Amino acid sequence: MSSQTRTVLFDAPGPVARRRIRWGNLVAAIVVLALAAVVLLRLQQQGQLEAEKWTSIFTADAWTNFYLPGLLSTLRAAAVAVVGAVVFGLVFGMGRLSHMGAVRVVSTIVVEFFRAVPVLLMMIFFWLLFAQKDLPDPSFWAVVLSLILYNGSVVAELVRSGVHGLPSGQREAALAIGLTRDQSLRSIEVPQALVAMLPALVSQLVVVLKDSALGAIILYPELLQQARLFGSGNSNILQSLTVAAVMFILINYSLTKAAEALGGRLRGRTAGSTGVQGAGLENGAGAGATLQAGTDEHDQQGLLGPRQG
Amino acid sequence: MSDFLSQFGELFASYDVLGAFWVNIQLTFWAGLIALVVGCVLALFRISPVPSLAWVGTAYVTVFRNTPLTIIMVFMTLGVWGQLKIQVSDDFPTNFFWLAVIGLAIYHAAFVCESIRSGVNTVPLGQAEAARAIGLSFLPAARMVILPQAFRGAIAPLGNTLIALIKNSTVAAAAGVATETSTLLKNMIEFNSSLIYAIFLTFAVGYVILVIPVGLLTTTLSRRLAVRR
Amino acid sequence: MRARRTAVLAGLAACAIALTACSSDSDDGGDGGSTAGSGGGDTITIGIKYDQPGLGFKDGDKYSGFDVDVATYVAKDLGYDADQIEWKEAPSAQRETLLSTGQVDMIFATYSITDERKKTVSFAGPYFVAGQDLLVAEDDSDITGPESLNGKNLCSVSGSTSAQRIKDELASKVNLLEQPGYAECVTALSSGQVDAVTTDDIILAGLAAQPGNQGKVKVVGNPFSTERYGVGIPKDSDQCEAINTSLKKMFDDGSWDTFIKDNTEGTGYTPNADENPPALDDCA
Repeated sequence: MSSQTRTVLFDAPGPVARRRIRWGNLVAAIVVLALAAVVLLRLQQQGQLEAEKWTSIFTADAWTNFYLPGLLSTLRAAAVAVVGAVVFGLVFGMGRLSHMGAVRVVSTIVVEFFRAVPVLLMMIFFWLLFAQKDLPDPSFWAVVLSLILYNGSVVAELVRSGVHGLPSGQREAALAIGLTRDQSLRSIEVPQALVAMLPALVSQLVVVLKDSALGAIILYPELLQQARLFGSGNSNILQSLTVAAVMFILINYSLTKAAEALGGRLRGRTAGSTGVQGAGLENGAGAGATLQAGTDEHDQQGLLGPRQG
Repeated sequence: MSDFLSQFGELFASYDVLGAFWVNIQLTFWAGLIALVVGCVLALFRISPVPSLAWVGTAYVTVFRNTPLTIIMVFMTLGVWGQLKIQVSDDFPTNFFWLAVIGLAIYHAAFVCESIRSGVNTVPLGQAEAARAIGLSFLPAARMVILPQAFRGAIAPLGNTLIALIKNSTVAAAAGVATETSTLLKNMIEFNSSLIYAIFLTFAVGYVILVIPVGLLTTTLSRRLAVRR
Repeated sequence: MRARRTAVLAGLAACAIALTACSSDSDDGGDGGSTAGSGGGDTITIGIKYDQPGLGFKDGDKYSGFDVDVATYVAKDLGYDADQIEWKEAPSAQRETLLSTGQVDMIFATYSITDERKKTVSFAGPYFVAGQDLLVAEDDSDITGPESLNGKNLCSVSGSTSAQRIKDELASKVNLLEQPGYAECVTALSSGQVDAVTTDDIILAGLAAQPGNQGKVKVVGNPFSTERYGVGIPKDSDQCEAINTSLKKMFDDGSWDTFIKDNTEGTGYTPNADENPPALDDCA
């Protein structure tokens, strides 16, 4: 938040207000510090802060055998899932925009169904199903397929709203030069919508990464599960999970920032809007919920500047 | 076919599927309520003139929005209950139900905060300037001018958060709530593996029935309540 | 424009294929080259637990625990050196599948012999008779067995038969907490939030033997069931006799005692002497 946007919401503080703000500042800081102190003291009493609980984490053994393989598994599942989700999303997003009624109806049902079913339920189902069918590596494919189906449906919505967010002149121009509606969709509208949705796609990656941690419940050896295993062997499960959480936060925070930067850079490369819609938020909108694309013009005048998600 | 139906009927007589959904609905209700309150406070923090409060709001959102919910839920049992010894109730099922509610609320409050902030973003500059011009200071301006409009602009993202919360209530399994839908789904399939498709579809359709009306409702509401500009 | 888009899509697809190919390479490493029942050949694939310290635990490329020691001993007698063993994770729910699809040749993974399981797989052994028991804090003298758990907090892993038996038959007023793994339970036990952890005694002893837990927790030593751990082998396997011969030798030459002692060191745990070392079942 820049200082410029601050002054929009309240007057430049006078001497009285400044004193009040200073007191508020102090009180808030003290409350936060006190809370942190209470928690740390409690953990200290429980012996959770002892050095020996932490030293085993910072050894080569812990990283080469647990955290890095775990991270790799997480990234592998996320990467395959993202690629799959984009393909799924393109197919069904364009399906929802098709001028053939049947295709539209089927695509809509598929997308709405997979957006409504909890990812964890899908994972458990596919895991047990694949194990039953003797397929190799059931937990990996259960994680990947569930993430593809859910996030693919979200991407389908991004594609659809991205196309809807384009100025109608784009399609009119395409039709005017003799392209058919399908050609216009494929060559003019969707490519622009894709550029417009890139930032949202990057922030969807945050959702994929976070949801891949559900894989721990079906024993996929991703970061969280490996951290648990390491903690089991070294009696420091809380500390080990903390390390995993910090790694997740760092990665996801960088991705969120990258998405915002990308959004800024791509503005002007497309007729669509590049705002990051609720970065990292699970865009699990129900039937027909609009993602309100194409409102960036208003955002420019909004209270907090360009949408920051 | 009739054989299948009778098997299916038997299955539902022996497992309390509706009861499991009821647990998820209760989790969603209480967590949603708490998340809404906490999220509003956080949003106020983030737009307030007090730097430390703004910092707290930003830090909270950054941390909890980027942490997998599964880890938060595990920390609720192992950390908050196991180490900090915060016990909500002597009765174990009640205790872990509420710990799961708090964990869900902590996570989704970050998204509520961001939804409201995006709502604040839909309020034009002129509104804030006019509020200041008639002499309102920060809190009255927020209460009477900005937040009411912001809420109306935030209905769609808030609806999305509610839908995410409904689905995420299944992760309560990681916080020791053993009576909700994902645990029941697993148990039912493990002991009745021949009916795996029927069992999954039943639960999936249950969630579709829960989620679709919320989506339709928030879409209608956000259209009807949108501030015309 | 079109060419570029196609190129991008092709690139994405290539990425996906490369990633999945890599995944199947690294995860199924144990499959190739092992044929059930061929002594002295190249390698043998053995299923163990990866997450039970003291029984079967994977620490990087090192494997440790009682099950691992016994498996290594038996494999040696079947003609496989330690470096010819391919270890594979055998989670409880997948043990029958792993055997019947030939993904592993033997399973040593706290695998109780039951009539239900004998319908799909065969067993050699048993090589150990465990009993469900309780793990409590070192200074706890109130809890002497499952009957004294009324009003106490008990932790177990989700779906455990041990915990359910206590709740149903032995102490109906127990507070039951279910966790994904035993390590979580022990963490809650050492912080005092639960009073006891329940599962097979040897698993509890393995947990108690971990450096971080030594001297803080103990096994009560009042087992209230018998679990006969067998060596899981495919239904049509002809290895049962050979495995049993090896197990007999292991009991007699003192290796069995050494394995137990090594893996429960510092806990004061002794296996149920009435049942151990166990009498071997006849091969069917």
